[in-house]
Order: sequence, then C-alpha cells, then structure tokens
Amino acid sequence: MSPRTRKRRPERWILRLYVAGNTARGSAALRNLEEVCEEHLAGRYKIEVVDLLKQPQLARGDQILALPTLVRRLPPPMKKIIGDLSNQERLLVGLNLRRGSPRRQGAA
Amino acid sequence: MRQTRTHQQLPKVATGIIGFDEITGGGLPKGRPTLVCGGPGCGKTLFSLHFLMYGAEHREPGVFVAFEETGDDLVKNVRSLGYDLESFVKRKKIAIEYVRVERSEIEETGEYDLEALFIRLTDAIKRTGAKRLVIDSVETLFAGLQNAGVLRSELRRLFVWLKDRGITAICTGEKGVETLTRQGLEEYVSDCVIALDHRVSDQVSTRRLRIVKYRGSAHGTNEYPFLIDSDGIVVLPITSLQLVHNASMQRVSTGLPWLDQMFGGKGWFRGSSILMSGSAGTAKTTLASHFLDASCRRGERALLFQFEESPAQYLRNMRSTGLNLEPWVRKGLLQLHASRPTLYGLEFHLATMHREVVKSNPSVVVVDPVSSFTGGTFDEVNGMLMRLIDFLKGRNITSLFTHLIPGAGRADELQIGVSSLMDTWIILRNTPPGHNGGRHLSILKSRGMPHSSDQRPFELTNRGTVAV
Repeated sequence: MSPRTRKRRPERWILRLYVAGNTARGSAALRNLEEVCEEHLAGRYKIEVVDLLKQPQLARGDQILALPTLVRRLPPPMKKIIGDLSNQERLLVGLNLRRGSPRRQGAA
Repeated sequence: MRQTRTHQQLPKVATGIIGFDEITGGGLPKGRPTLVCGGPGCGKTLFSLHFLMYGAEHREPGVFVAFEETGDDLVKNVRSLGYDLESFVKRKKIAIEYVRVERSEIEETGEYDLEALFIRLTDAIKRTGAKRLVIDSVETLFAGLQNAGVLRSELRRLFVWLKDRGITAICTGEKGVETLTRQGLEEYVSDCVIALDHRVSDQVSTRRLRIVKYRGSAHGTNEYPFLIDSDGIVVLPITSLQLVHNASMQRVSTGLPWLDQMFGGKGWFRGSSILMSGSAGTAKTTLASHFLDASCRRGERALLFQFEESPAQYLRNMRSTGLNLEPWVRKGLLQLHASRPTLYGLEFHLATMHREVVKSNPSVVVVDPVSSFTGGTFDEVNGMLMRLIDFLKGRNITSLFTHLIPGAGRADELQIGVSSLMDTWIILRNTPPGHNGGRHLSILKSRGMPHSSDQRPFELTNRGTVAV
C-alpha cells in the first residue's frame, strides 16, 4: 500500500495485540510482531498490548473472539489477524505490508 | 409438577413455554446445555429467547450471545412478536453479547483459541448475574473461522465450562443435510436435544417440535405441534395426560330444562365432552349457545370457537332465537373467538384454542363446528381432537362440539371417529313433514348416567328453544 500523492510524513502505525495473561502463544505473537515491525515499519509503529484478563470490557469494542488477536487500528482500514503470528508471510499479507501474491514488495 | 417415580430425576428449569414444560416434566435440564436445532425460520431463536426472558422474569437473569444479528436487530425483530427484550436489557436482567465473526475481515496465522469469547461470556455473566445463557448460533463460528479443529475443541471446552458454572444454556444449531446440525453439535451436547421443524404443505404451515434426547428424563418421541404468534410460542402436548382425569360427579345444566330432563333432570357431567351432530339447519349452534348462556348465568366463563360466522353475525342470529348473549360478552363472561377453518392448519387451530383456554380459563368451551377441520387426514384430525379433549378434561372444562353431517347423511356414518372420544353424543334431525315440531333430538349415548331414549321434538321460536 503506497502513500497517496501528497507525500509528507510517513504513515503512523498503531497496532494492538490482545492477549489473556501471560501465555506462551501471546508471547510468541508479540515476538513475531515486533520482528516484522522492526523490519518493515521501523520508527513509525506503536504496539499496544491489551490483557483482556485485566480489561475484559475491551474485548467487545474491537469484537475480539480469538486470542491472540492483532488489530491494525491505524492506518485504516482496520484489520484483524488472529493466531500466534508465526506465519510471517500471512502476517505481512494480513497487515497489507505485502500483496496476497508471492511478489516480494515491501511497503513504501 | 407431579412427582414421578423414575430414579433420580434431574432438576429442571422452566422455559415458560406453554406446553413444553408439561411434556418435559418441568423444562430444560438445570445447569446443563441443551441443543435446539432446526432449519432456517424454525423458531430456534424465539424458543431460546422465550426461555431467557421467562428466566429473567423469575430471578434467573440471562445472557444472549448473538452471532447472527446485532442486539438492536434482535430487539427489533422480536418486538413484532410481542417480546419486549429491550426492557430486560435496560433493567440489566438480560445482556445481549453480539459477537461478530466475518471471514473476510479476519486473517489467520498460527495457533489461537477462543479465550476472548470466554472472557466476554464471563464478563456478561458477571454483569447480569446470569443463570441462563443462549448461544445463537454457534455454527456461525465455523463459517467465520477456518480452523475447524480448534473450533471443535473450543466448543467442547465451552460446554464443560458452562456446566461447571451451573449455567442452564441453550445452544442453537442449523439443520444439516443428513444430521441434526451442520457441524454435528449433537455430539457435544449430551443431555438434551430438541429439534424444531417448519413445514408447509397445501399452503398450510405447520410447526413441530420433537425431543430427540433428554438424558435422565422420560419423554415422548412424538412430534408436538407448536405455534408462533403475537403471544410467543405455545406447544401443544399430544395425549400426554393419559386417562387420569378426575371424574366429576357434578352436573352442569344444558341451558334448556327439557334437555336437562333427558339427562336425568340434571344435565351433563362437569368436565365431560359432548358431541352434537346434525345436518344443516338442525339448530346445533342454537342448542350449544343455550349451554354457553347457562354457564354465564352461573357466573362461569365460557369460550366459543366459531368457524362459520363472525361474532357480530352470530350474536344477531342468536338474538332471533330469543337468546341475548351480548351482555355476557360485555361482562367478559363469554368470549367469542372466530376464524376461518381453512386459513390455518389443524395444529394452528388447536394450538390457538389451547392458548385461548389457558388465557381465559373458562369452565365451558364450545367448538362450532368441529367438522370444519378438514385440513388433515382422518388420523390427524382425530389425533388433534383427542389432544384437545384431553387437555380440556385435564382442566375440568365441559366441552361441547357441534358436528355437521353433510347432506342427508346419517349420524352414525360420521366421517370422523371422534364419537368414541366423547362422553355424550346427541343427534339432531329435521322432523319429516307431518310430525310435531320442526326438529327432534335423541341421545345416542351418555356415559355414566341414565338418559332418555326418546326422540324429543323441539322448536326454535323467537322466544326461545322449546320442547313440543
């Protein structure tokens, strides 16, 4: 997804990762996410980790069902990716950092 | 509920669905999940909601987990059926938890579970203090998420989880091609499975309910017709009552002294059923109306199901025979319920009658005429009437059914075999020319009482129905 014609500041990414307590799956998801972000979005992303055990009411707002769930809050449109994010290829596709086709092309 | 002698009856919770709680001996298994399945539009959601709202009214708040429609849509859709879901939500007696699962919006990568669903349920249960819960329909998950293996194990976990919390739950499932539900949910729910069905044949729609499984509880395998209308759901029990009615020795007047005379001077047994047969114009309706009038005079409520005339027309016609029933209608003692017999299926009629009877609790019911029920096979009509009669007897209601004998047919050639169900059978005939009276009446049978074997001539005059 390339920015529109008016190219000013780079897009800011806000990613929210929903987990429940300290689980292996949740930790793996965070690790996998950080890795991808550092590689593709270095310097322009923010990851919020939401522990639903502490804030159960937040599960309704973003319609969270499965855990872990990653929600791309910015840039729009909102995207939802579930699982431990172990498949990097799918994660990139899910975040729209890469087209669904095997063509290797990072985000601009 | 009557105590039955089966070993260790599971405790049950009432659904509030008229008829259903009777056939299951108390409702759904307490603290356990029940599967309610059927095709689209079969009434699953309504069934579940009824259960939930009844609970909320009786100190058992509930949670409705909606996978298919938003809370607002749900509230709107059931409002037309007389369910005021909103007020329960406002009073925090019911929480609607809308869970949106849209495949196109979700990307899956790696392993996951449905822990967030559990967290949401925990939260909703805590907010309301829920004792009941409905999941409608869990199969939506399979359309939205790809990993069926995870879903299956999570569902299994969900049912155990609910059981551990003592929540009485209904889980709905869509009918499969050759299975009860598309995803085989019946494997997970072992305690109680109920199948609903909606069929349309000859442009007449019928709804049926069947208890497929009910662990630890005696249940019939019959299909029970049920009804959805502005008052919600009513299930019509089949002959579940067996022959256990109390036999009253009390008599009720027929409304006509000369007719009472023919039954030992006292009229009919209270709680008995009377069949009045005759060809067209033999005053069946008039005689039946005297019976209604007599009931109202005693200050007892009477209910008339009319299948041939509108209430206004009926009241006018009765006035011409000297019978003014309007005061009773105004007082609310006499209730008229008119509908076209062909408009609905048999089940619908009988379920309607069932519900009206429960509502107005009359001591006398007249069905005029019962012969208008032709919307089924011989056995179906018979079975329905048997259920109705059983039901009325169970409530000690005296019932009178008029029956039209077509053409010049003879009474004993009755097309329907209802006569054996009746305690008393009266035949009305037009008198051949040259004899006394316009019509005459005879008693073919009357169980348990001495009765006249005369052919009694009578006439309709504008001052009443008189013997001649």
